[in-house]
Amino acid sequence: MTGSSRVSRRGLLGGGLSVGAAAGVAGAFAAGRLTAPDAETSAAPVASYPFHGARQAGIVTPAQDRLHFVALDVTTDDRDQLVALLTAWTEAAARMTAGRSAGPVGAVDGAGNAPPDDTGEALDLSPSGLTITFGFGPGLFTDGDGNDRFGLAERRPEALERLPRFSADVLDPARSDGDLCIQACADDPQVAVHAIRNLVRIGFGTTTVRWSQLGFGRTSTTSTSQSTPRNLFGFKDGTANIKAEEGAALDTHVWVAADDDPAAAWLAGGSYLVTRRINMTIEVWDRQSLDAQERFVGRTKGTGAPLSGGEEFTDPDFAMAGSVGPIIPLDAHVRVVHPEVNDGVRILRRGYNFVDGSNDVGGLDAGLFFIAYLRDPRTHFIPLQRAMSSSDALMEYLRFTGQALFAVPPGVRAGEYVGQALFDA
Amino acid sequence: MRKTLLASVAALAVVPALAACTENASSGGDDEGGDARALSVTSNADTCELSSTEAPAGTLSFDVTNSGSDVTEFYLLGSDGLRIVGEVENIGPNLTKKLTVNAPEGEYFTACKPGMVGEGIRAAFTVTHAEDAQEVSASDQELIDQAQDNYRAYVQDQSAQLLAKTRDFTELYKAGNADDQARALYPVAREHWERIETVAESFGDLDPKTDAREADVDVAAGEEWTGWHRIEKDLWPQDAKGYAALTPAERTSYADDLLANTEELDQRIQATGEDALEYSITDIANGSIGLLEEVANGKITGEEEAWSHTDLWDFQANVDGARVAYEGVQGLLETKDAALAEELTSTFAALQAVLDQYRDGDGFVLYTALTKDDTKKMTDAVNALSEPLSKLTAAVTS
Repeated sequence: MTGSSRVSRRGLLGGGLSVGAAAGVAGAFAAGRLTAPDAETSAAPVASYPFHGARQAGIVTPAQDRLHFVALDVTTDDRDQLVALLTAWTEAAARMTAGRSAGPVGAVDGAGNAPPDDTGEALDLSPSGLTITFGFGPGLFTDGDGNDRFGLAERRPEALERLPRFSADVLDPARSDGDLCIQACADDPQVAVHAIRNLVRIGFGTTTVRWSQLGFGRTSTTSTSQSTPRNLFGFKDGTANIKAEEGAALDTHVWVAADDDPAAAWLAGGSYLVTRRINMTIEVWDRQSLDAQERFVGRTKGTGAPLSGGEEFTDPDFAMAGSVGPIIPLDAHVRVVHPEVNDGVRILRRGYNFVDGSNDVGGLDAGLFFIAYLRDPRTHFIPLQRAMSSSDALMEYLRFTGQALFAVPPGVRAGEYVGQALFDA
Repeated sequence: MRKTLLASVAALAVVPALAACTENASSGGDDEGGDARALSVTSNADTCELSSTEAPAGTLSFDVTNSGSDVTEFYLLGSDGLRIVGEVENIGPNLTKKLTVNAPEGEYFTACKPGMVGEGIRAAFTVTHAEDAQEVSASDQELIDQAQDNYRAYVQDQSAQLLAKTRDFTELYKAGNADDQARALYPVAREHWERIETVAESFGDLDPKTDAREADVDVAAGEEWTGWHRIEKDLWPQDAKGYAALTPAERTSYADDLLANTEELDQRIQATGEDALEYSITDIANGSIGLLEEVANGKITGEEEAWSHTDLWDFQANVDGARVAYEGVQGLLETKDAALAEELTSTFAALQAVLDQYRDGDGFVLYTALTKDDTKKMTDAVNALSEPLSKLTAAVTS
């Protein structure tokens, strides 16, 4: 038997820094850092975000650099077992986002003759801004035959249906849909993977993994405090994204309002989550001339300014004439998805670049794992995707290989489990 | 990632400084050739300011910054003020674009065209003698004219053959008792489409009606699937689950629709006078590149002929079209970049050699007979050709 001294990730972080303990007071930002004693005055990255709150973290939280996303199917037909899992997940998520172990004992402090309740690869690592966000898919409410699985069917949000197949989609069923999802974002890939690995482990016997996706390099900006990153086409992405600081826009476009869907009152304050796995035909793209690339996107590759001029955040002038037609082509990505031509619709994107190695002919299996949070997929996603599928110049270089839709319940208050309002009578 | 970001911002910020260097270098003489050939231009409503009004012969680059509020253009014109040696269009306010041209010794004019109208703000520009400048052939224009004429004739010929074979094909298909013959003619007729695919699909109204694949059609949004691939599925239904064959009336309807659209396409391609299609040297070079892109995107993956699996016919036809377009500008390329011409000629041959291994009688083996090793070999050959081919347009128009 070993391990008489208790070691936790928190302990290893050094001293009595109260990681995450004070968080929530100043919104997302109050937190301890690994090395700086004057964390509150430092501009260095945040170490932890609070798990509890009115909204789930990981939506408007400044997008971290790394992602591990998993979609799961529920294998039990026992409602109590499902609730028990959600309760266990909630406790584990609260611990891990605070930089502690997945289980109450930890990776090295338990009995020597039993497997530890935490897998241990995040020992010595800081919380790394970990957020864990849970969502419920259509399959949780009714199965493929329309049967009410857990007595939740009448509370299913009307908008929570499997997404339709869009033109040019080559969806792989093994990379689509799911009864539940967990999004783990962190600034350290090992921390994000650790979180998903442990939650999946807790779910064994109740859930099975349907698919999962790793992402590196956020491809959008969810806070004005962040600079605009680049996608694998080399272009700045998410310039016009809704930012956490735009409260009114979030209420209009992201958060489900109390009277949006009376049957699904439990979702008020939550959101809908759309994922699309977008493979890019990297090798073919790389052979396009710079001018062509810029025309497809409608922005310059260097600064991200619209082709109608100015700087990155200058509004595109779609009416400005070019030598042949408008200077921002009619099929330029920036025009096709712009709120101006989509009933003012904006979405909050939280996508990540991915490279899953190479495909069987030596090309990169790479692209953008699109994640968006929105108030209603019927108004805020499906028409937008349809416009893109039918008239976006970028489509030539994209393959949509997976998609899913989830309802994301509002935040968890201390003592509650995630989605509790759905299950409470 | 962040590093790149900063680098590009820094690069832009540095432009004025570079411009200053350039001025010094060009006034300092020809011996600092590299810098003297990099010029900067600032264009606004009233001025067209160049970092220097002369440069040594060779490949010149102009970094054109639009400091005005209208879209601008920049031209390098011949001594007659008419012949366009090089141009860069569509420079939005506060943006910078680069023009690269190969200019032999002589007198020129530069012109900024704020608002893209009028004759622009002009000034004289001198290209001085330089020992290290590449020879520019005096017969370029002749080569260009020849390439354009030849390419037009090729596209018109292929379109006419496409129409004739589509007529035969639709007759066989409508007959209802000649499906074997229809199946045999299908990939052969489509070769003519695939050889000129970049021209054919430039007609955005006709392309989706004639060449859409099932996966391209958004049925949930009320789109209808018609054209070649609709008929393909009906002729090769064995891979389709629970497929209901089309009725004779439906067959007639889809066949007539395909023929009518092909007739319309041919009419536009054969048009003369002011309706005639123009193929610039850029169009031809881009057409060659685009056809190889079609191969990489759709044929090599077996997505194009999902039911008949005759993808290799299309593959060969795309390569044919790309090769013909390339050969049209090959003479011109040899005067500009002989090494690239040599590389392209040999990689075209290498790709053809790979394809030839899969010939079967007059046609090819089916895509379903290919192993992963086979498609990998083809992908490698396509990449080996496509990468240098992507430089073709810039090379022949420089």
